[in-house]
Amino acid sequence: MDTEEVNELKVLSAKMRVELLKMLKRRTYGHLGGSMSIIEVLSTLYGKHLKHDPLNPNWDDRDYLVLSKGHSGPGLYAALAVNGYFEKEILGSLNEGGTSLPSHPDRILTPGIDATTGSLGQGTSVAAGLGYALRLEKASQYVYLIVGDGELNEGQCWEAFQFIAHNKLNHVIVLIDENKRQLDGFTVDILNPFDIQEKMIAFGFHTMKVDGGSELEISNAIDEAKKIEDQAVCIVLDTVKGQGIPYFEEMVDNHSVKFCEQDYQAVDHAIQKLQDFIQKAGA
Amino acid sequence: MWELSKDTGLAEKEMRVTFRETLECLMGENKKVLAFEADLGGASHFAKIKATYPDNFVQMGISEANMVGVAATTSMRGFVPFIHTFSPFASRRVADQVYLTGAYAQNTLNIFGSDPGICAAANGGTHTTFEDIALYRAIPEVQVFAPADNVQLEWLIKEVTNRKGVHYIRANRKAVSRIYQEGSTFEIGKGNVIRQGTDVLLLTMGVLVREALDAAEELEKEGISVEVIDMFTIKPLDKELILREMRGKKLVVTFENHNIINGLGSAVAEVMADAGSGIPLKRMGVMDRFGQVGSFDFLKEEYGLTKAHVKHVVYEFMK
Repeated sequence: MDTEEVNELKVLSAKMRVELLKMLKRRTYGHLGGSMSIIEVLSTLYGKHLKHDPLNPNWDDRDYLVLSKGHSGPGLYAALAVNGYFEKEILGSLNEGGTSLPSHPDRILTPGIDATTGSLGQGTSVAAGLGYALRLEKASQYVYLIVGDGELNEGQCWEAFQFIAHNKLNHVIVLIDENKRQLDGFTVDILNPFDIQEKMIAFGFHTMKVDGGSELEISNAIDEAKKIEDQAVCIVLDTVKGQGIPYFEEMVDNHSVKFCEQDYQAVDHAIQKLQDFIQKAGA
Repeated sequence: MWELSKDTGLAEKEMRVTFRETLECLMGENKKVLAFEADLGGASHFAKIKATYPDNFVQMGISEANMVGVAATTSMRGFVPFIHTFSPFASRRVADQVYLTGAYAQNTLNIFGSDPGICAAANGGTHTTFEDIALYRAIPEVQVFAPADNVQLEWLIKEVTNRKGVHYIRANRKAVSRIYQEGSTFEIGKGNVIRQGTDVLLLTMGVLVREALDAAEELEKEGISVEVIDMFTIKPLDKELILREMRGKKLVVTFENHNIINGLGSAVAEVMADAGSGIPLKRMGVMDRFGQVGSFDFLKEEYGLTKAHVKHVVYEFMK
C-alpha cells in the first residue's frame, strides 16, 4: 500500500471518528471506548479490503462483516454512514424509539449490518456459520469477524474458534480487538486472558499481531491472511480503548461514557482537530 | 387428512430412524438441507448421514451453543439446518443462542430435541428436560411441536423444511406406539380430535397419546365419555378447537410429559381463563419436580403419567 492509499484510509478513519463523536455527543452517552478502538480496522476494511456495495447491501457476492462485540455498534454505524449506506443525519437517531440504529447491531433493521449481535460470543458462531456455508457453496467471499478481548471471556468464542480452526475456514478472518479493557476494568484484572496471540496459535490459527491503530499494518496483515490456504487465520489488533483521542484514552472508565461538561469540551476539541486534519488532507 | 392407525402396537421403526431417513430423503431432493450433530451422531443415527450425504452432515463436536449459532446462520445463505442433541441441551443449554441468533435475528433453525422428559430414562435427571416447552413457548415466533408417532414426525419434518423460522421438535428416539395411518397429513397450529366424547375433554401430545386413548377407552366402559385431542402443535396453539370442544364438557384434563408449569396445561389454562369458561381443569404432568434415572415405565409411574392416573383423576371428579 503506498503513502497516498494509507493517507486516504487515515482520512476515512478521521471522518468515521467525527461521525461517531457527533453521534454520541447528541445522544449524551454511549459505548465510546470500544467503538474508538475499532475505527482503524473498520476504515481499512471498508476503504480497502471489504467487497461491498452500499447501494446493494444484500448483494449476494459481498464479503460479510460480523461485529461480535455488538456494543461497539455506534462505531460500525459511523463506518456505514461515511461509506454511503445511509445518510449521516440518521446517525442522530441512535437508540431513539423506532430507530434503525439500536445500540447493538440488528441485521433486520440496518442496511449494511450482516449480523445481529450484542449477546457476547454469539457473533463468533455467526461468522463460523457464514464461513462454513460459503465453503459449501464453493464461494470465494470473505467473512471478517471482529471480536473483543473482553468478549473472549465467553466460552462460546472458543467453541467457535475450534470449529473454524478444525475446518480450516481460512476465509473467516478473525480480528481480535485487544484494547485490554472491559466494562469493569482491565482484562488482566477481571479475567486474565494471558497471551491472546499464543492462545490463538495453540487453538490452531495462523496468528499475527499488529498495531490496531495503524491502517498500514492492519492492511498488510489482511493481505498476508489471504495468502493462507490451509489454516484458520487470526489477527490480534493491539489497540487502546478510546483510541485516537488522548482525553478518552486516559479516562478511567471509558466503556460507556455519560458525558459531563468537560467531556463535551473534549469532544468538540477532538472533532475540530479531526476536521482540520481532513481539510488539510484536501478530502 | 389424517386417519388413525388400525394397528395400535409399537412401531417397527424407531423415531430416530424416521428422522434420519426423512432427512436423507429431503437431502436427495434439496442439497441445501443440512444435519448438524454435537457428538451424539451415534445416539441419533445422524452420523450415518455422513456416509450417504457427506456434504450435508456437519459434525460440531460437543459444543451446542456454537452448533445453534453456526446452523442458524447457514440459513442466511439459503441452507435449511436441522440440529440434534438431547432435549435438555437443545433447550435450556442454548436458550440464548436460539433466542438471539435464531429467532430474534430471523434466521431459520429446525431443532430436534430428543428424549424429552421421562424418555431420558437411563440417562437420568441430568439429561431430563421437563421445561423445554416452557422455555420455547416464551420466545416470540418460535413454534413448538411434540409429534405422537413416526407418521406425524415424518410429515412434520417435511413441512418445516419449507418454512422459515425456528421450529422445536421434541420426540423420543426410540419406537413409540402407532397412532396414525401411513400417509396421514396434518396442519401446523391445528389439533386433532382423535376420539369423540361428551363428558370429559382430554388434551395430550407426544409419547402420552396412546396412554390417553387407552384411558379414554377404559373410561367409556365405565360410562364416562372422553374426547381426546392430540395437540401436537403446542405453539401456535389451536385455541379455536379448545374453545369449541370444551363446550358442554364437565371437565377438561391436560396430560403431558413436562412440568405442569408453562407447558400444554398452562397454555390450555390461559385459553380457558381468557374465555372465562368456568369449566374445571385438571392439569396432569410433572408436578414441578426434577427428573431422575429409571426405566420409562418406572418414570411413568413415578410422575403419574399412566392411563391409571388419568382414570383416577377423572373418576375422582366425576363420582
